[in-house]
Amino acid sequence: MEIITIDNLQKSFDGLGVLKGISFTLNEGEVLSIIGPSGSGKSTLLRCLTQLEPVDGGTINVCGQTMVSSTKEGVVSYADKQTLRSVRLNLGLVFQNFNLFPHMSVLRNITEPQMHVLKRSKQEAEKVGRELLKKMGLEEKEKAYPDQLSGGQQQRVSIARALALNPTVLCFDEPTSALDPELTGEILRVIKDLAKEKMTMIVVTHEMAFARDISDRIIFMDDGLIVEEGTPEALFGNPQNPRTQKFLNRYE
Amino acid sequence: MGNLLLQMLVATMTSLKIFGLTLLFSLPLGMLVAKGRMAKNPIISNVVNVYIMIMRGTPLILQLLFVYFAPYYIFGSSYDRFTAVIVGYTINYAAYFAEIYRGGIQSIPVGQYEASLVLGFSKAHTFTHIIAPQVVKRIIPAMGNEVITLVKDTALAQTIGVAELFRVAQNASAREFSTMPIFIAGVFYFLMNAIVSRSFDLLEKKLNYYR
Repeated sequence: MEIITIDNLQKSFDGLGVLKGISFTLNEGEVLSIIGPSGSGKSTLLRCLTQLEPVDGGTINVCGQTMVSSTKEGVVSYADKQTLRSVRLNLGLVFQNFNLFPHMSVLRNITEPQMHVLKRSKQEAEKVGRELLKKMGLEEKEKAYPDQLSGGQQQRVSIARALALNPTVLCFDEPTSALDPELTGEILRVIKDLAKEKMTMIVVTHEMAFARDISDRIIFMDDGLIVEEGTPEALFGNPQNPRTQKFLNRYE
Repeated sequence: MGNLLLQMLVATMTSLKIFGLTLLFSLPLGMLVAKGRMAKNPIISNVVNVYIMIMRGTPLILQLLFVYFAPYYIFGSSYDRFTAVIVGYTINYAAYFAEIYRGGIQSIPVGQYEASLVLGFSKAHTFTHIIAPQVVKRIIPAMGNEVITLVKDTALAQTIGVAELFRVAQNASAREFSTMPIFIAGVFYFLMNAIVSRSFDLLEKKLNYYR
């Protein structure tokens, strides 16, 4: 089943095209990685999908709801507030630099959104929070504050925070880029476990080996376009486009 | 001597009333002014900016005189002196508080807003539960400065004839040919500010549970 359909997505900053017509679909239970050089538009794509940036053109469908559409003349129309809200709840986002709330304890970071957004009771939210912390191997840290944790631990809390809202799709925006190499492993392991549980995910990453390992499908982006798309075996084993070959060669 | 101290304590109550009422009104008004200053609408932000410039760019003593006497010239009558003092202090301090608030709000990383948005928080909830608590912690040292200044600024209320602590002390000095009352007033101000200062220290410590 198709969960996300993006068609001809366009976005520019000050007249500079960052996304120049991106189209792809994401199926339920699929893990899609997006790779490509810096400035290729990978992160902008996720930010448009999660409504952090307004799009300049194209259509985005999430779970059967049209989030944004545009006419051939380029008139963009977003859905009503109610729909946008429901779309937002279907998508979780894990940021590169975590963006935990520093004034809240680890547990409170995870319970606050559940209570405010899903109107769960405190007890229920804490139960969910503790289960997720256990899953992340952080059950002893619930009373700690984010600044007392390592980068890897903070990122695991932020993954738990996103998961607590039961998103249909979890998006990762370079989840290990702010971490030193020793700490990236723990995050990659968590994402890998989620992949095993058939969590639908979009992962923007610079970790090639990791992308190859967890993805069902990989998209290679460059200069605002999807250059090549395929299974990890096809893309890494036998890249067709010279641009892809050149990019991947540097990682061999 | 006992009589003098009693007089000064009564006058101190007036000073404290000015202090308390000014904070009561200017703290929230400052937030409104800060919001106006940061408004996307250029007319609003420019008007508010001019207001802040006047409040910070002219002497408080002049503003007090203006607030009290301008209505006489325009409407032929004015409110009572004490009300004028409260109005004058409130609009002056709101401008300073607004700039402190603005600095605090703008120092919060954009990621905090983005995380709140993606998690589905309402704008109001984001402000009251995510942004404001972090702003409070950041602005406490600057606010401490302003509040301490306010304690001392209450002495200016005498310019439009409100008998606060310093006026009473000066009068007593003139009457008794002694500088002692003024010295005592100094001790009073110092003690009041010792309390203010200590309160801010405690608040700062209380909010020190995270960096």
